Amino acid sequence: MDIITTENLTKTFDGFTAVDHISFSVKKGEVFGFLGPNGAGKTTTIKMLTTLLYPTQGSATIAGFDILKQRADVRENIGVVFQEPALDTELTGRENLDFHARMYGLSQEVRKKRVFKLLTLVDLLDKKDVLVKHYSGGMKRRLEIARGLMHSPTVLFLDEPTLGLDAQTRRAIWEYIKQLNKDENTTIFLTTHYMDEADFLCDRIGIIDHGKIMVMNTVDMLKKSIGNDVITLSCSDIQKLQKRLEQESWISKITPYASFLTLGVERGEEKIPAIFDIARTVNVTISSVDVRRPTLDDVFIYYTGRSMREQDHEAPHNGTKKPARFRLRWQK
Amino acid sequence: MNQKNFQAIYVLWLRQMKRFLRAKSRVLTTIVQPLFFLFILGFGFNIAVFPGMQGSYINFLAPGIIAMAILFSSMFTGVSVLWDKQSGFLQEVLVAPVSRLSIVIGRTLGGATIALFQGFIIMIIAIALGVPITSTGGLLLTLVIMVLLSFTAVGFGLIIASKMHDFEGFQSIMSLILMPLLFLSSMFYPVTESLPGWLQMLSYCNPLFYMIDGIRGSLTGVNNILDPLVDLGIILTLCIIIMGLGTYFFNKSEA
Repeated sequence: MDIITTENLTKTFDGFTAVDHISFSVKKGEVFGFLGPNGAGKTTTIKMLTTLLYPTQGSATIAGFDILKQRADVRENIGVVFQEPALDTELTGRENLDFHARMYGLSQEVRKKRVFKLLTLVDLLDKKDVLVKHYSGGMKRRLEIARGLMHSPTVLFLDEPTLGLDAQTRRAIWEYIKQLNKDENTTIFLTTHYMDEADFLCDRIGIIDHGKIMVMNTVDMLKKSIGNDVITLSCSDIQKLQKRLEQESWISKITPYASFLTLGVERGEEKIPAIFDIARTVNVTISSVDVRRPTLDDVFIYYTGRSMREQDHEAPHNGTKKPARFRLRWQK
Repeated sequence: MNQKNFQAIYVLWLRQMKRFLRAKSRVLTTIVQPLFFLFILGFGFNIAVFPGMQGSYINFLAPGIIAMAILFSSMFTGVSVLWDKQSGFLQEVLVAPVSRLSIVIGRTLGGATIALFQGFIIMIIAIALGVPITSTGGLLLTLVIMVLLSFTAVGFGLIIASKMHDFEGFQSIMSLILMPLLFLSSMFYPVTESLPGWLQMLSYCNPLFYMIDGIRGSLTGVNNILDPLVDLGIILTLCIIIMGLGTYFFNKSEA
């Protein structure tokens, strides 16, 4: 059963198209992710689906309810964790959850039970009577996730759930998300610009760039779609080598990116000598080669023609500008 | 309006009460500031003789101070939607399955409760200082006008908040709109005796004039220009229009 369906959903702001005719669907119980750089239209999509913005064009349904005509029913069925913290910092953690529960019309009995259960789930039970302004960033995030679940929504929207958090907290939050997807059978729609997050959490992802879905599939299928192995090489003349390599039928995909050339092939390690031979015939010197299993980053480069990490220097686990995967493993 | 919407109104009201009581400095300032006006201005001008003014200056001033306290506090509540917008909390409120109207009502009732609490304190102190009360009926009418004033000011605050995206503009609005309104409201002096004709005309276009004249007429029974019931009619009409506009703008603003 499809919990979310969209048809040509579009949003323009003063002539700028943030979301451009996107159509997709998410099944019940699935963890679906939008992967894309900042400004790709992820948050705008979430805001339309959660009735906070009106679409310029197109339509969508959540749990069978139209986001334009049945707004109250849609709101009934969704929980949202926004990208920016949306807590009342002058209230305690428990009060924030209680406020939410009352807004959703839960009875006192249910409220108490859910507050206890969810605070336990996110390890905040001992901090429940502390004002939220004294919480750390990670604690606030966990509280927000707990709040999004208070009313047992059919779908939980998570907009960049681990943005700006340290590696350890991110791990913990991933575990919570996995667990609640399993325990409460909550369908999850999340957006992220972290490859590892999409890889770890999502059953299916859509790669979104400039407001358009470039490709949508399971993580495994996406990786397989660009070949079993990926060879990344840098050389003296990328264009010349690319032109020559395009004549080889055993190379499934060729993508130039910055000073590198990425090739999708089968049994990559056996192909390296052949590539060197070809390079020599066109007088191109290869300076480094790297063979590995495809990552979501390769998928992203292939479908968008650029790396997502170009816009993403704030990734907490990766401070260096040059992606780790481009370490020169094999030097001539 | 179903039960869920009433619960939403209640919890929005409750939130404001909690926030207000926790912000000790706000509680203090909002009560002390009008008292400065009442005491310092009141005693300072007490020896001055205004032509056509009956009773002491403090009797004349007190209704205006009560109105000012309510006005500032209520406007603050309306404009504080902006805080919620900036902190992101507004989104949390807006995705909840409750009607927009109940969100506005909840906020207005919360703001009005705080504002009236402050208004009462000023009123009690004023009465303690010897400001006379005409009658029980007059006192009741005063309360009604205080409530309407508060609703109107919250609505006005909501309109401002929906048109602004930061606090920069708020300062200009306070000094460019609110200050002239206060000075032309007959709060500090009787406008009929002192102001030139065209400024008097502006006074009569000033909503605040009717609020203060109404409180003055109903509470002390002297120095008012219009019958308090006429004031009440004007205030009621104004309140409905402003609240309607406030709700409309709040509905239209996207988070």
